[in-house]
Amino acid sequence: MFKYNLKLAIKSMRRNPIMTGLMVAAIAVGIGVSMTTLTVHYMMSGNPIPEKSDVLLAVTLDSWDPLRAFDEDYPERAPHQLTFHDAERLVALGKARRQTAMFESSLIIEPLNDDGLPFEAGARVTHSDFFSMFNVLFIYGSAWDKAADAAAEPVVVLTRKLNERLFGGIDSTGKRLTMGNTQFQVVGVIDTWEPTPRFFDPINGGFREVNEMFIPYSLTRILELDSNGSDWGWKSEDIQSFEQWLNSETSWIQYFIELDSPRDRKEYVAHLNDYVREQKRLGRFERPMNNNIYDVMEWMEYHEVVANDAKVLLGLSFMFLLVCLLSTIALLLTKFIGKTAEISLRRALGASRKMVFEQQIVEVGIIGLSGGLIGLLLATLGLQGIKYLYDAQAGLVRLDWVMTFTAIGIAIVSGILAGLYPAWRVCRIPPAAQLKTQ
Amino acid sequence: MLQMAHIKKIYRTELVETHALRELSVSVTEGEFVAVTGASGSGKTTFLNIAGLLESFEHGTYLLDGRDVSRLNDDERSAYRNQKIGFIFQSFNLIPDLDLFDNVDVPLRYRKMPAGERKERIENALETVGLASRMKHIPSQLSGGQQQRVAIARALAGDPRILLADEPTGNLDSTMAHQVMDLLEQIHSGGTTIVMVTHDPDLANRAERNIHLLDGRVSAGEATQLSQGTLQTVHA
Repeated sequence: MFKYNLKLAIKSMRRNPIMTGLMVAAIAVGIGVSMTTLTVHYMMSGNPIPEKSDVLLAVTLDSWDPLRAFDEDYPERAPHQLTFHDAERLVALGKARRQTAMFESSLIIEPLNDDGLPFEAGARVTHSDFFSMFNVLFIYGSAWDKAADAAAEPVVVLTRKLNERLFGGIDSTGKRLTMGNTQFQVVGVIDTWEPTPRFFDPINGGFREVNEMFIPYSLTRILELDSNGSDWGWKSEDIQSFEQWLNSETSWIQYFIELDSPRDRKEYVAHLNDYVREQKRLGRFERPMNNNIYDVMEWMEYHEVVANDAKVLLGLSFMFLLVCLLSTIALLLTKFIGKTAEISLRRALGASRKMVFEQQIVEVGIIGLSGGLIGLLLATLGLQGIKYLYDAQAGLVRLDWVMTFTAIGIAIVSGILAGLYPAWRVCRIPPAAQLKTQ
Repeated sequence: MLQMAHIKKIYRTELVETHALRELSVSVTEGEFVAVTGASGSGKTTFLNIAGLLESFEHGTYLLDGRDVSRLNDDERSAYRNQKIGFIFQSFNLIPDLDLFDNVDVPLRYRKMPAGERKERIENALETVGLASRMKHIPSQLSGGQQQRVAIARALAGDPRILLADEPTGNLDSTMAHQVMDLLEQIHSGGTTIVMVTHDPDLANRAERNIHLLDGRVSAGEATQLSQGTLQTVHA
């Protein structure tokens, strides 16, 4: 019967192509708009590293002003970042399975040949554990080792993109780069890596691209690397030298650890508390003990990676879909009323109400499916528009299979929902309604 | 085959009640060809709609092919209608964008018959009405008489126990009307029970028996005739 209903539906749609087109267009526009915002929302709120998100933890220590909280709106929160010297000390203590301190910087890369020009590239200054903690895959070479961390060796890991720009995409491990008067040796090239959101640094933008290269954290002091990221300070300090800056109470280092299991969290917080008690004895950390660790999803929530206006926009777009569906309902009512004579005849010839209802639902299902497929194209265009307008990360504006099937599913369900009332109305037509007047 | 006793049908609006049938009692035996006549508003179409299970009624009993259909629900009525009754309408009521094959196929689809059996029945029915060669034509490519023959084929394809025809020649010229009547007589001669509503006395005279309705009842003259025992089928 489904095949028969399908055939009737196609005939019915062809009978009035303009009205059919309007209904498909209404659903397509509604789906296009709602799927564009839903995709962005879905990508924003997705788990960027599901296999490890509960064992990767961001660390906060409350070294803030004893007289006021870091965030007056959320007084329970400690600063989002650590001071350089706290981060350095925690790494040295090494109580977690893996740990990394990090910040964003940039370096000028000297040209590799005479006709090239120097250019500035973003760098993440971090520890070797960064790569294994965050499951970063290499296409060439590997991360630098602990010895390089300790000895502050001038080594660099490039992204695939920067490697293509500098070396045409070949295996560049062992090659040298001059940056800031220092010769760096390339030890590895990572594959394309677009965690969405950029969970390891939501503070400086959850939806920016990953930095173009990575260099050891221990080079900070030697190269006097400045941070390009956010920093927060509360204490008036007379800073005359880079070393004074590193020893200041300014918070500008992000700190992540990896524990063996979620059970180890309590133990690690106890370790942080021990560290802070030690610092208190030295006259620091004058606020009440407030040291915390947050797993990846908690950290995303903490930083409101999915902004409230994105949620509002999502709601509005689904309201728009509802308006489109209401228009479709009106069009379907008009269309189905035009079929009264045929329905009346079919009822007279033996079709039950259920059979008539099914026939109409198949038709609206096809209209919904058609609208959904066109809506997908519109959503793809919409996402490209967002990418173009806001220079968004590619991962944020990609319609993956989940979203594609979601869009089709929503379109069919929407179409059927829109068709329920008109189909119910039409199947109530009495069989003798128009047999005499047709 | 068809036995109605004391059937009442009232159409109600907010302002007025119209008594379409008043204590109508009619009986049609298997294999009969009965013409139902009467002026406009006499209740002919209401009678036919009730006979065809297209409308319900307020009072009385109705047995169709031995089954009391008074209390059937909508689904049961649809299924029973589909299996037992063939309809022929004044304005043919073909679906304009379906070809003849698919038009004849409509009632068979709702019987959930296997494709092979449907095909055979459709071809036989169209053969019977002389339109087998036009199976792929759509209704607008046929004359009125041919369209009515398709409607008859549609009614026959389901092998109904009774054919109900509502002014089957009302939209046809006299030549075509007679052709359609010839076809109905041919079908009747094969043993099919036919109840035909008509205005035309000439056509009515071609039936085996006439029932004349007046104001929702069988007319008095006919009742008198009944009382004399000539035709034991009509009661007012």
